[in-house]
Amino acid sequence: MVLSAADKSNVKACWGKIGSHAGEYGAEALERTFCSFPTTKTYFPHFDLSHGSAQVKAHGQKVADALTQAVAHMDDLPTAMSALSDLHAYKLRVDPVNFKFLSHCLLVTLACHHPAEFTPAVHASLDKFFSAVSTVLTSKYR
Amino acid sequence: MSLTKAEKAIILSMWGKISTQADAIGTQALERLFASYPQTKTYFPHFDLRPGSAHLRTHGAKVAAALGDAVKSIDNIAGALSKLSEMHAYVLRVDPVNFKLLSHCLLVTVASHFPADFTADAHTAWDKFLSIVSCVLTEKYR
Repeated sequence: MVLSAADKSNVKACWGKIGSHAGEYGAEALERTFCSFPTTKTYFPHFDLSHGSAQVKAHGQKVADALTQAVAHMDDLPTAMSALSDLHAYKLRVDPVNFKFLSHCLLVTLACHHPAEFTPAVHASLDKFFSAVSTVLTSKYR
Repeated sequence: MSLTKAEKAIILSMWGKISTQADAIGTQALERLFASYPQTKTYFPHFDLRPGSAHLRTHGAKVAAALGDAVKSIDNIAGALSKLSEMHAYVLRVDPVNFKLLSHCLLVTVASHFPADFTADAHTAWDKFLSIVSCVLTEKYR
């Protein structure tokens, strides 16, 4: 699966609109993930996962910052995300299925906050983008 | 995810043995698929899917031949399966989840025919190989 020029432009435009809300949306997506897919909490035994938790806010910001980096380097995701990819492969070992859950929750969050922008075409482009990021983050597992 | 040198060597050497029974293995994998995961039958409304049917044997041989092509071009699976990839994207449109199911059934079939060869390392090599083939066959979907 390759991101077309239209996909890249959709992702850049949408992410641009999000601007400084990225961290907030990252946290919301995480909260939705923990809520809808409670098995994902297994990776955060050391976190306070209650609503409004400072740890979830901070982690949401981390996730958002990583995605912002990815948006800026869509032409070479493997290189740009290499360190994060190593982290997931050798340390975190998040089961690949969970990336789909988080991607889904990110899409839902964006759809909620930017319904006008979230057309079917933009939705598809973002879904491909998150898929591509997920693939890179799980590419060194074995 | 890519195959290491060792994994390619395992696949090439096992394929030597598998190819002598390739058709039977392809056919049995399909039988297992339709038996364990009946929803996969949806893609074959035009087939007689009873065990031993001529349709199954012909199609099993086709699947085995395609895998053989991929093994022969193990350094460029995408190139070798390009036409098949297009067929799946534009004509067949098999839901990607089904590739995991068929891959599982192929692994089980190979394991049952070659138990001594199917070590943990061989299992990993074949699983990665089939994952790569599945990726290639679904990469042009969108």
